[in-house]
Amino acid sequence: MTFLIAVIGAGVVGTLIARELIKYEKDVAIFDEKSGPGRMVSKANSGIIHGGYDDTPNTLRAKLSYKGNKMYDELSKDLSFDLKRCGSHVVAFEEEDLEYINSLVEKAIKNGVEEYQIIKGETLKKMEPKVNEDIIASFYCPIAGIVNPWMVAHQAARNVEMNGGKLYFNKKLIDVEMNDKRYLLKFEDDFEFEADIVINAAGLYADEIAKLFGDEVPKIYPVKGEYYLTKPEFKYVNSIIFPIPNKISKGCLVVPVIDGGFLIGPNAQEIRDKKDFSNTNEGLSEIREKGLKLVPEINYRQDSVKTFAGLRPETAEKDFYIGKGEGNVVHVSGIRSPGLTAAPAIAQYVVDEIIKKEMNTKFLKRQDFNPKVDSFRVFNEEDIDLWNERIENDPEAGELVCFCNKVSKKDIKAAIKKGAKTLEDIKFLTGASFGECQGSYCSSKIVKILAEELNKKPEDIVMNEKGTWIIDSEVRL
Amino acid sequence: MIYNTDVVVVGGGAAGLAAALGAADENAEVILVEREDDVGGVLNQCIHNGFGLQYLKEDLTGPEFKEIMQEKIFNPKIRILPKSYILGVNKDKSVFLVNKYGVHTINTKTMVIATGARERPFSSIGIAGKRPSGVFSAGLAQRYMNLMNLKPGNSALIVGSGDIGLIMARRLTLEGVDVKAVIEIMSYPGGLERNIQQCLKDFNIPLYLSRSVKEISGEERVEKILTTKVDERFNYVDGEDMIFEVDTLISSVGLIPNIKPFDFLNHDNGFITSNTNQTSADWIFAAGNCTVVFDLVDYVAAQGEKAGRFAAKKALKNYEDDKIIKLQKSKNIGIMYPTYINTDFKGELFLRVKKPFNKICIEIPEYGIKKVINEAIPSEMIKIQLRDIKNFNEIIEVKAYEIV
Repeated sequence: MTFLIAVIGAGVVGTLIARELIKYEKDVAIFDEKSGPGRMVSKANSGIIHGGYDDTPNTLRAKLSYKGNKMYDELSKDLSFDLKRCGSHVVAFEEEDLEYINSLVEKAIKNGVEEYQIIKGETLKKMEPKVNEDIIASFYCPIAGIVNPWMVAHQAARNVEMNGGKLYFNKKLIDVEMNDKRYLLKFEDDFEFEADIVINAAGLYADEIAKLFGDEVPKIYPVKGEYYLTKPEFKYVNSIIFPIPNKISKGCLVVPVIDGGFLIGPNAQEIRDKKDFSNTNEGLSEIREKGLKLVPEINYRQDSVKTFAGLRPETAEKDFYIGKGEGNVVHVSGIRSPGLTAAPAIAQYVVDEIIKKEMNTKFLKRQDFNPKVDSFRVFNEEDIDLWNERIENDPEAGELVCFCNKVSKKDIKAAIKKGAKTLEDIKFLTGASFGECQGSYCSSKIVKILAEELNKKPEDIVMNEKGTWIIDSEVRL
Repeated sequence: MIYNTDVVVVGGGAAGLAAALGAADENAEVILVEREDDVGGVLNQCIHNGFGLQYLKEDLTGPEFKEIMQEKIFNPKIRILPKSYILGVNKDKSVFLVNKYGVHTINTKTMVIATGARERPFSSIGIAGKRPSGVFSAGLAQRYMNLMNLKPGNSALIVGSGDIGLIMARRLTLEGVDVKAVIEIMSYPGGLERNIQQCLKDFNIPLYLSRSVKEISGEERVEKILTTKVDERFNYVDGEDMIFEVDTLISSVGLIPNIKPFDFLNHDNGFITSNTNQTSADWIFAAGNCTVVFDLVDYVAAQGEKAGRFAAKKALKNYEDDKIIKLQKSKNIGIMYPTYINTDFKGELFLRVKKPFNKICIEIPEYGIKKVINEAIPSEMIKIQLRDIKNFNEIIEVKAYEIV
């Protein structure tokens, strides 16, 4: 028997679950209300692959995050996204902070994490010369790393598509009917889809989606985190620097970004509106201050390139909620930090523990599953001979559009072939206009290429969502 | 492919074109590397006039200025590589670049960097609110309007009174965009006085000083911009809010010298050079807005030509590096160029004061210079000729003190 499977939500979690499913079943479809993978919770994330040491022992979080961390090496090779295991420090300023560091050791032991070290004095200074001199010790975890979260989602989605799956974007699920043990999924644009099994990985909206299936999951409330992104110019830190966390978050941290530059943030504000992605003056000044406490030399005026905010789906239980609903639906909800880290393990858990075991679904491994996806960037490798070869095959590989991040016209066109339609699609897939100039140079060129390739007018190209137009009209006809 | 030359010029804007001409005039073989399809740099999109009065003795538009320079560089000694981008520099005086024919190496004797400046993105200044579309840097809006025939919006607020912002206020108005105002965070305008007159006053566009953006609203496209008054330390002043209902924000919040991928050279904001435009690497020269941002294209071109000449002299071994003194700026000077003086050659000093002064005296005793300037403002550069030096010291202070 074969199954029609629908995954609601194309974030890191949804796409990795879909990829796990397509190892067994060909008819897997991913639905997302946004225009591309990883555009909600995943896109405004610190991008950290956590060590798995600090999650409360015996929670689902603790069970899946260390395991997820370990799965990233293979995943990054298969899906061709960059992973850097730069390590992380949780830093102590005062004697009493050492108690917390010791409690991390206890937790690490309980969570089965062996990769940690307590670092003091000169050693810490050598590893991180720019951190505050008042820091007396750190809990160091060498297996912590960084990735571009949306890139994980994007490459996983591409891999699903390559293996026969379907991707549906701009599809908002509004109603579900049960007919003859099959779900009829109804979307806002009158599109309908039948599925035998549904995975609800709808991030911020997973509680509302669960209701459409007649199920109740812990209520999700959004927690907003604001960030500063700096340019790569000044090397603040080599690894991820965490302060001692508070009850609701791991605190404002300083973290290198895999494409260069640093993120400072996020803070944590509980808010009501799931659509409130606005920055606040209070939030921004809170981050500035907390960042400076960790790394006093941060020069926000000179080095920042942008500020932004993201929302994370939090629940009162502060743990992942992964469980079967009334029928053949799995709710993957409350995926708070370290959701990105745990995601590959969550995907395996959903398939092995819930779909195969609990639902007793007979899944057979496909022989023709191909786990690999190529990167389509020209200049992301060091090998100059390879560049020459690529340029010989396609001269546009030698035409740069974004100078900050060295993105070629070939990269842009390849992204469009892979489904990019908006400026933000291009930005997230290629890195063009993600650099220091933030598109003040190249975005006009990208608008032109998008219009040409998609056979549209520049007036029809948007930044991201419908309504985010860039050009009003021609100046003169 | 491998190229060999005497001088490589990086960038084909006003400084780069003049550098290529200067170097060729000194009998050097020149390769000019330009990243765009055509030379001209930002001149191509500056269709307003006011270019060339000093350097070409004519009042020209940007494209006209470029045309004249372009005709001059049809010279057998100058080879242009368009659509080519420098990826890096090697210590053995070679540069490697990429274009649609592949990755290439140029072995050279000297180099002139003329990479200009880029705009500070509005997103970098940490403004509260949403992130809708409709926020453009002034140069980007200028590209859309003047090169692509595309109108970016219907009603606009201009943030920052830099020259490009002022010029775009006029340009947008002329094309039917409702420009509500220009706001400036400083207590004085950022652009030239002539642009305040010709671009704002002549069109009745209000300029609000000591005013900053507090929050941007708009779900999809910009809808409203909340602004407020700021004090001397840029803190928001309560009760002075003003809301502008516009669909477009044009920012002119500063130019940043482009120093990549040459940032291994000593630099402040831009490259630190001498009066012969030599950088911290003896074979590399730099000129134009990648050193400091100049007021006029004429200054940029003159500096470019000089850099080209000295780069050629150096390549052809007609130049000595020694007799260098350092100029140090005193606290009232914001920007000063150049930083080093090779006393074998004449010098010209460009200064910007840090804040407006009614009367300021610039004094360099070693040069016998004492110059009093009335109404000095940061937006207008002060130019001083350096003649022969009296006393040779390694470090000379350029004094600037207010006269009450």
